[in-house]
Amino acid sequence: MHLNKSMARFLSNFSVIFSLLFFLNPNLLHAAWGLNMTQGVTPISQDVYNMHMTSLYVVTIIGILVFSVMFWSIFHHRKSKGVKPAKFSHSTTVEVIWTLIPFAIIVALAIPATKLLARMDDTSKSEITVKATGYQWKWKYDYIDEDITLYSNLAADSVDASQKNSGIDPKTADNYLRNTDTALVLPVGKKIRIMTTASDVIHAWWVPDLGWKRDAIPGFINDNWTVINKEGIYRGQCAEICGKGHGYMPIVVKAVPEKEYLAWVQETKLALKSKKDSGDKELSMDELKSKGEAVYKANCLACHQANGQGIKGVFPALDGSPIATVKTRITEHIHQVIYGKNNMPAFGEQLSDTDIAAVVTYERNVWGNKTGDIIQPKDVAASRKK
Amino acid sequence: MSTIAHANHDHHDHKPTGIKRWLFSTNHKDIGTMYLVFSLIMFFIGGSMAMIIRAELFQPGLQFVDPQFYNSMVTVHALVMIFGAVMPAGVGLANWMIPIMIGAPDMALPRMNNMSFWIMPFAFALLLGTLFIEGGGPAGGWTMYPPLVLQTGKAFPFLIFAVHFLGISSIMGAINIIATVFNMRAPGMTLMRLPLFVWTWVITAFLLIASMPVLAGAVTMLLTDKYFGTSFFNAAGGGDPVLFQHIFWFFGHPEVYILALPAFGIISQIIPTFARKPLFGYASMVYATASIAILSFFVWAHHMFTVGLPINGELFFMYATMLIAVPTGVKVFNWVATMWKGAMTFEAPMLFALAFVILFTIGGFSGLMLGITPVDFQYHDTYFVVAHFHYVLLTGAVFALMASVYYWLPKWTGNMYDEKLAKIHFWLSTIFANVLFFPQHFLGLAGMPRRIPDYSIQFADFNMVSSLGGFAYGISQLLFIYIVIKCVLGGKKATAQVWEGARGLEWTLSSPPPYHSFTKPPKVTKALMDY
Repeated sequence: MHLNKSMARFLSNFSVIFSLLFFLNPNLLHAAWGLNMTQGVTPISQDVYNMHMTSLYVVTIIGILVFSVMFWSIFHHRKSKGVKPAKFSHSTTVEVIWTLIPFAIIVALAIPATKLLARMDDTSKSEITVKATGYQWKWKYDYIDEDITLYSNLAADSVDASQKNSGIDPKTADNYLRNTDTALVLPVGKKIRIMTTASDVIHAWWVPDLGWKRDAIPGFINDNWTVINKEGIYRGQCAEICGKGHGYMPIVVKAVPEKEYLAWVQETKLALKSKKDSGDKELSMDELKSKGEAVYKANCLACHQANGQGIKGVFPALDGSPIATVKTRITEHIHQVIYGKNNMPAFGEQLSDTDIAAVVTYERNVWGNKTGDIIQPKDVAASRKK
Repeated sequence: MSTIAHANHDHHDHKPTGIKRWLFSTNHKDIGTMYLVFSLIMFFIGGSMAMIIRAELFQPGLQFVDPQFYNSMVTVHALVMIFGAVMPAGVGLANWMIPIMIGAPDMALPRMNNMSFWIMPFAFALLLGTLFIEGGGPAGGWTMYPPLVLQTGKAFPFLIFAVHFLGISSIMGAINIIATVFNMRAPGMTLMRLPLFVWTWVITAFLLIASMPVLAGAVTMLLTDKYFGTSFFNAAGGGDPVLFQHIFWFFGHPEVYILALPAFGIISQIIPTFARKPLFGYASMVYATASIAILSFFVWAHHMFTVGLPINGELFFMYATMLIAVPTGVKVFNWVATMWKGAMTFEAPMLFALAFVILFTIGGFSGLMLGITPVDFQYHDTYFVVAHFHYVLLTGAVFALMASVYYWLPKWTGNMYDEKLAKIHFWLSTIFANVLFFPQHFLGLAGMPRRIPDYSIQFADFNMVSSLGGFAYGISQLLFIYIVIKCVLGGKKATAQVWEGARGLEWTLSSPPPYHSFTKPPKVTKALMDY
């Protein structure tokens, strides 16, 4: 069904697409079909788009000229028309000309490109600084001056729909694979410095509407900037292969007016504080399990899988695994979540005591693991101190 | 065009038979054949991986493979196609044709020739074997960037040693080609009379010798980082993950031309033949090839504009990259000028060569666009790049290889291939390669990153088109095998000349040529190449 509908839709527009093959009308292209680069919402992204179109026009014109000569030759200089082949084999004049003209074209393209690059490079006078850190497979955002740290995971409905043969139509998920549980909120009209780095492997932070992408490299901090002109939600995703979850770490930027941004900052600070304080509360098994399931989905499922079986030889199973079932190893279980082991990242920094308590409880009481163990936030807090 | 074939038939023909003929062969034609058959097998193995990739991307959602296996398909597809299909095919052609084209009896170092081939099946046994071990094959991309590649499981050492073996094989092949061309040319075969295919291969061989050891160094550093506690690429230990990328692409960019230059050579042989007119600007072709080769060592960082290079570095690599368009343009103009006022016919080799000129140039255009640093920040690591390098490598290098097979198959086998089927193969390949790769430009511009197993809904339509093109292209290649087998088994007998407009020593030998190509060096005069 899906195939037929899409094919019909495609075929009905086939002629449109192919008449636009050489990008004769950029506006048409941009509007309907997602054929062309976005013009984006920043001054830089607009310039990048213009530079892209300039070079596209240049190569298109060169292509039309060269291929016209070639096809003229193919149609007229063929043996079946009875022509006798000419004997010439070189011409210094012509050869010098067609060396110099391309050189001139390249210089003409390089000048605006150099100017644009210099502007993109200048991160001075920025008013807000955000550090984006890539993790396998999520983004962490630190608002440097505000003491706000957020973790941004793939949204839960996308997680569900993206499981192999999930039976869920991706169309039913909100912005499938391009939606997160937490957005990066930024004010419009301010120069924002975005630093990128990573904690494990190389990632790349990319929102097409901002006009650039930049690698996030462990041990290094890259510097970029943007000024968003228009309120809205802008989506992107990791652009550097970073393992199994590479396709599943989207980026969502929510650009809001400055006032709204300032209110959001206050609100978020309060929310983060109350989350920290709630660590000494006792929770019931059901509360822990339902919270744990959400934490598992966002953090653990990519490797250990929905059924807890992992992937043989790569990611160990949790279902039936001694560390998740033997009572004497509860502390070790908590420790491994906090500090990581081998390829498993340390979650101690990104998850609260309550989150870790919930996910460990969940892992010990789901699938075939029926230990009945309940881990409370204070147990995790105690474990951190050791 | 006298034929000197029958005279020397039986003198030294004590060749082994059966399996020994192939295992212990020191004959350039037998080794060339083995290289070509091997590369064809690899083309289909790599191709079936591409089919898995396109099947998974046929529609959004995850239907067939899990993301880890998908990543290993992406990784191994690239390694197999680059090191297993395109490079060995080029070496196979060099083995077959260079001695014949320069008037030599065989390659200069026949025993080494044998070894450089027989290393390869073992290297690929190591690499492909990892797909069946616990944990699966390497899945960090063929570029092997640390730290990700260091997360590879048991496949890791297999990957490293496979790369080492392939490097050794390539270097031995390259040494052999250089030794042959510089020492075994027939009297009168001056350097500036060498057929363009020989020239491009000599330059390619120098690229191989200069770049392969760099790759070997890079992967050895990976190996010690993983197993011996070094920290070359580990930031926490004082190393630099970006250093690997610099070293890798110092190999990687010349590697691009290792794949492309022999293709340029092939096209420069075929177009004059079917235009019945000498190659336009022979000398400038040679200089352009050499310029491209030299420039290829100064552009590596255009693969890594987004790692955060200092702006002066980015500017240098942008300018150097754009500069490559000049000699490449010269080549394209020369090919078009060769056709101009010729008397063209359009047999399968010519059709593939014409498609090469157009489609490779399209790949060159997107390459120029990618070279513009500020815009590359948008293009980088998207399907725009995937479209770009497949235009250059599939409709570029592979099309040239297909052209060369049709061009020389009658010479190799003594039989003409089925022209009608070959033309069908050409049209199917050309149409579907474009249905496969052209929409990927749109996908990349619209924001689809490469190397992802699943994608957002807005990319669905073009991915489906691309997949359909991919399946059709894949199936069409079965026709190629049929045509080749049919030609090997029989067909209309080929003359020594084969093509009316062909010039050069290879056409003075019988089809197929005698076992020891030229036992007596032919005398090469300018008239040999004249029209």
